[in-house]
Amino acid sequence: MKRIVFILFIFLSPLFVLGQQKVTGTVYEASETEASLPLPGANVFWKNTSIGTITNVDGYFEIPFQKENSELIISYVGFKTDTLMVKEATDIKHWLLSENSLSEVILQNRRQTSFRSYLNAQNVTNISSAELLKAACCNLAESFETNPAIDVNFPDAVTGNRQIKMLGLTSPYTLITLENVPAIRGAGQAFGLSFVPGTWVESLQISKGAGSVVHGYESIAGQINVELQKPATDVPIFINAYAGADGRLELNNHLNFKLNNKWHTGLYLHGNLRDSKMDNNNDGFLDNPLAQQLNLLNRWQYTNAEKGLVSFLDLRFLTDKKQTGQTNFNPDTDKFTTNFWGGKIETTRAEASVKFGYVFPEIPYQSIGFQSSFSHHEQDSYFGFNVYNIEHQSLYANGIFSSIIGDSRHNFKTGLSLSYDRYKELVLTNNYNRTETSTGAYFEYAYDNLGDLLLTAGVRADYHNLIGAFITSRLHVRYTPWEKSAFKASLGRGVRAPTIFAENQQLFASSRTISILNTGGEFYGLDAEDAWNYGVSFMQGFTLLGRNADIALDFYRTDFKNQIVVDWEDPQQVRFYNLEGESFANTFQSEINYNLAEHFNMKLSYRYIDVQTDYLEGRFEKQLNAKHRFFANFGFETRLTEKNTQWKVDATYNWLSKQRFPSTAANPETFQRSDYTPDLNTLNAQLTRVFSHKFEVYLGGENITNVRQDNPIISAEDPFSGYFDSTLVYGPIFGSMYYAGLRWKL
Amino acid sequence: MMKNLLLIVTLFFITLGTQAQNKDAKARIEVDGVCLMCKERIEKAAIKTKGVKTAVWDVNTHLLSVIYDERKTNLNTIHQSVADAGHDTKQVTASNEAYASVHGCCKYRDEAVVEEH
Repeated sequence: MKRIVFILFIFLSPLFVLGQQKVTGTVYEASETEASLPLPGANVFWKNTSIGTITNVDGYFEIPFQKENSELIISYVGFKTDTLMVKEATDIKHWLLSENSLSEVILQNRRQTSFRSYLNAQNVTNISSAELLKAACCNLAESFETNPAIDVNFPDAVTGNRQIKMLGLTSPYTLITLENVPAIRGAGQAFGLSFVPGTWVESLQISKGAGSVVHGYESIAGQINVELQKPATDVPIFINAYAGADGRLELNNHLNFKLNNKWHTGLYLHGNLRDSKMDNNNDGFLDNPLAQQLNLLNRWQYTNAEKGLVSFLDLRFLTDKKQTGQTNFNPDTDKFTTNFWGGKIETTRAEASVKFGYVFPEIPYQSIGFQSSFSHHEQDSYFGFNVYNIEHQSLYANGIFSSIIGDSRHNFKTGLSLSYDRYKELVLTNNYNRTETSTGAYFEYAYDNLGDLLLTAGVRADYHNLIGAFITSRLHVRYTPWEKSAFKASLGRGVRAPTIFAENQQLFASSRTISILNTGGEFYGLDAEDAWNYGVSFMQGFTLLGRNADIALDFYRTDFKNQIVVDWEDPQQVRFYNLEGESFANTFQSEINYNLAEHFNMKLSYRYIDVQTDYLEGRFEKQLNAKHRFFANFGFETRLTEKNTQWKVDATYNWLSKQRFPSTAANPETFQRSDYTPDLNTLNAQLTRVFSHKFEVYLGGENITNVRQDNPIISAEDPFSGYFDSTLVYGPIFGSMYYAGLRWKL
Repeated sequence: MMKNLLLIVTLFFITLGTQAQNKDAKARIEVDGVCLMCKERIEKAAIKTKGVKTAVWDVNTHLLSVIYDERKTNLNTIHQSVADAGHDTKQVTASNEAYASVHGCCKYRDEAVVEEH
């Protein structure tokens, strides 16, 4: 035994003796995800000497201590060089910052605020919150003004609502998700986008064409995913105030707290108000409804990087009130009378959701995710004598497991999802009640050859109590034939349960009657909608005169197997019926982005849409759809000064070709419309003055060319004539609108 | 006394040996290279080695992080696969033929090429 002690002593004694004269330590790579990542091969040396060493595999080093030198330099290629003051022989732990993380911060300033992914198999455009700031105001419905992939239009002349279209199809055909949970659907279909304040949005991902099976069977034209601000990464305090010449006032407030290393919480408040009556076109009707909205979101975020856990808990509450109609309409005395025409739309919505993600710490390629949300949505409304109430409870849950097969070239995602929707609707005097439940299982396989090819194939099987059992499959391929290019193709099926009244609410603001021509189906007598979407796209990045540019071309076709045809061709009624024959939408879009000079970007786009449907009276192109659109956006920023001040200018020009009016031939001549609308030219511009990284002020104009649709409402002078119709709207009603706002953050 | 000690030490290493059959073993290998083309080549070479589950090479640190199944492969095999693709690792130097096969811009042994990156 003594011998062992002796041997041990001999082994250890050099350490004791030498330890007196050496500085020892370990150098780590500073990383957000891993706490201690040893950095082997780093240079460690005393300043102005040749005394130095290199860290070993474990990042460990030993260097003789020198009284005359106290500045120890640690350097490594690709990392920021650090100088430490070392005055005694101690043990040091030091984290080196990657040059990469430094340049990322600098790059962020110059990074495009909207860009397409070269790597993703889907045709995805990413839009950052900086891009969203370029739109005048203030909610998600209005956030697409600077994006040529999405068309924004007004479905009617009274509700002030904005409707978005993708690939020539209205928003119900696009799956809109909040952090990948299907969100704007069912009862929220018409106004839901205006219930997401713009400042809450961290980023948007717009994917054209068939989406991933992971998020359900509903997407037909594409998917728009909205990432909300996260309490851990949003600024601690943010205030935004906005006032528009159209009488709209908005206030946004973010408060984020760090409770401890793992828990963050954020409180997001939004309020908007329009209480002054404006009638710029003197038709006796409010150009925009009176409105009042209060919107609250409370997020709780749990992050535990060591254990690989992330979780979110969200609570949300909304109340929104709108009054529309003739300026003299007083709801207290004129409701359901012929004194004046008017209406009210009152919405309350409460929502709770929980998300949970776990990455196996030992095997980072494997993860489990769970998402669930519950919402209660209630809308009570009347438009003249037309009553429309809807109540919608919705529950959604999705569990995802993702891992690899063999190695990380073969990935898969699989899981189960279920949804429950209960609708109670009062349409004029008819009640429609319905409960939908659907459960499904999916499997998505992705092959990545780590180079020029990425392929994603997904299939899901669902059972829906009203549709039955069905299979939806989706396929995406990305091929990179040469540098900075991507050729993509996709195809997939989408199926959706229609909520025809919520989706076409503008019909109530007219004297049209409602006819549903089918009786056999489960949805108001109609069948579920079913379509296939096919698309190809190509993008190429290049340099022109030493500056970056990229060009993107895409073509998509949507082919309906069944569609609920909404037929406006008789001015006295709206007819709903199952598609007999063909209905398709072909779209082509080309886009070029060019960095004209430092901080000066240009985006030009042309898109062509051909949407045709077989109506009862024959095949027509879709009403109020512009075949051609030309889009130009210019963004310029001055160089950020030392005091962090800056000017930003942004301008967007849009040209829309003529659009077809639905037939009004059956009306008396004074109530008729021409066959086609005129072309439309609009210009929006914005100027932002950044005073510091805390404070900025912006000023802008929408529709500066002051284009206005004359007489947007048919029979506005006598809304009870039987010819009244506010749904034939193709352009702005208000004319030019100027606004100003400020942003302050801490 | 000494015999007992030897026995204990031997037993200790045997147990280590059997425990080492980790199906998600992790390692970091220093691999020479210069650019994103190298990254693709290095990662492909590593992942095509049977038993390697993930391989990520960092262009700044020159470190290749791998997760592999020790029952199917070992580090020497991975080193060899990467070297066969033309990239020197800390343990295995690529043969001249393999090195000759890499693209001109990836000639990491050439000072001038390294300077360019």
